[in-house]
Amino acid sequence: MIENRPGTTAIAHTVLLLGVLAVGFPVYLAFVASTQTSAEIVQNVPMSLLPGSHLLDTYRLALFGGETSYGSRIPPAGRMLWVSFVTAIVIAVGKIAISMLSAFAIVYFRFPFRGLVFWMIFITLMLPVEVRILPTYKVVADLNMLNSYTGLTLPLIASATATFLFRQFFLTVPDELTEAARIDGAGPLRFFKDVLLPLSKTSMAALFVIQFIYGWNQYLWPLLMTTTEDMYPIVMGIKRMFAGGDAANEWNVIMATAILAMIPPALVVVLMQKWFVKGLVDTEK
Amino acid sequence: MEKRVRFKSAWLPWALIAPQMVIVLVFFFWPAGQAIYQSFLREDAFGTSTEFVGIDNFVELFNDASYLASFKTTLIFSVLVAVLGLVISLMLAVMADRVIKGATGYKTLLIWPYAVAPAVAGVLWLFMFAPSIGVVAWALRRVGFDWNHLLNGTHAMALIVMAAVWKQISYNFLFFLAGLQSVPKSLIEAAAIDGAGPWRRFWTVQFPLLSPTTFFLLVMNVIYAFFDTFGIVDAATHGGPGKDTAILVYKVYFDAFKGLDLGGSAAQSVVLMVIVIALTVFQFRYVEKKVNYS
Repeated sequence: MIENRPGTTAIAHTVLLLGVLAVGFPVYLAFVASTQTSAEIVQNVPMSLLPGSHLLDTYRLALFGGETSYGSRIPPAGRMLWVSFVTAIVIAVGKIAISMLSAFAIVYFRFPFRGLVFWMIFITLMLPVEVRILPTYKVVADLNMLNSYTGLTLPLIASATATFLFRQFFLTVPDELTEAARIDGAGPLRFFKDVLLPLSKTSMAALFVIQFIYGWNQYLWPLLMTTTEDMYPIVMGIKRMFAGGDAANEWNVIMATAILAMIPPALVVVLMQKWFVKGLVDTEK
Repeated sequence: MEKRVRFKSAWLPWALIAPQMVIVLVFFFWPAGQAIYQSFLREDAFGTSTEFVGIDNFVELFNDASYLASFKTTLIFSVLVAVLGLVISLMLAVMADRVIKGATGYKTLLIWPYAVAPAVAGVLWLFMFAPSIGVVAWALRRVGFDWNHLLNGTHAMALIVMAAVWKQISYNFLFFLAGLQSVPKSLIEAAAIDGAGPWRRFWTVQFPLLSPTTFFLLVMNVIYAFFDTFGIVDAATHGGPGKDTAILVYKVYFDAFKGLDLGGSAAQSVVLMVIVIALTVFQFRYVEKKVNYS
């Protein structure tokens, strides 16, 4: 602080508090809705802004599925959470694993077409799923991967960003370590396992946070890929709950599911905040 | 930069690189090639015959009023998302840079929306603004504003812009805050000694030094608005009313999977690829070099 101006500090706190409240309001509203019955939400406009008394009922219904008061069937979010979890973990761990190996090859070996290989990986940075959905869908359908974890994860697992991050990091590892390892008779795989892997822990943690969120939040890809309810990730499952028409929706269950879908990635961000910030800055630069 | 010390092996590097190469070839190059190939073909409605039509699909695309409209929608959407998102987060970052007490708390409370999936963000905002039951829609009606994004295209656009900005604030905020904290304290102190107040110091010292960050974020926000907002649009408006919020990524999905226009959709994919490549090259050529405070 350069100078002491209680006035400006008070303004700063006010603006920040307003920001925090505005950012939090949609989620608060979702939470409040998830503690009421769908009739309460639809019939009292505006709905009460204080939590109701149906928290346990709604979340039980959302998690385990069942019949609602309107007679519509709610698919269990428990299964969807599991699908999302597996997908996110496989994508995050898979990306880290294959990128580390290829970055290791690119940095520590000289082989023909190294430049070409590097450019082929680089260009994937420019082709997000969104721009090549139909042909990618066809490839996955031809390979019989629809409605499977393989289909949900494998096409998303190649990552130029992660390869670059590890390449940058490996380049900063002192050559003396490599020389020392060689003198001690360690081969490349031994060096990778005993020297590079332990040194990369920070980068791996940072990348894990970013890629876990990326995997968890996939929407378009599962929307095309999955047609059976037991393979729906939760983010996509929410969308399937819309019956059409504001009044016909089971808003309380939809909002409970939305909250359930938010909790795991939000926890990862908040609890691993340090890695999250590092991951963001490293991967985007 | 190259390593001085390397390992020697004829087969090991290929084995190490194989998993990534297989995935890249199967899921990136093959489909991208397919998209380019298909964009030059036309298939009849029953999929029984295909013929090579050259650049007809592209000519048709750029003569198609709804495609041009989608381009315009996307541009308006991305400019609004980028500008609003940057202004709001810069303001919050400047304030967070000023406070000492509670700074970490504010940071934690502002960054979590990054974790929210775009589709979930769309659902949350839809709930607030649902014309018949939404709390905010009700409040707007009370003050005499008749909100209905199901009928009014401008309202629908406002809805997806708000949801997209809400989700992106955390990202911008973190980068702005990091940028502000890397401005040398001595510069700000010098300006303060010369009698510049906080407002003046911000515009003459901090803001110019933040320009690389701002520029970088501008590009990232445009990329975000172009490609990462499919979930928001699909959840909140379905591209409607009419086609008023059908941004390019929504249209390419809709035409392929609902409209079953394969050639046209492939041509759209190719156009999108060109846009991403242009944006990425632009970012690497111009943004990277400027991230130096000199």
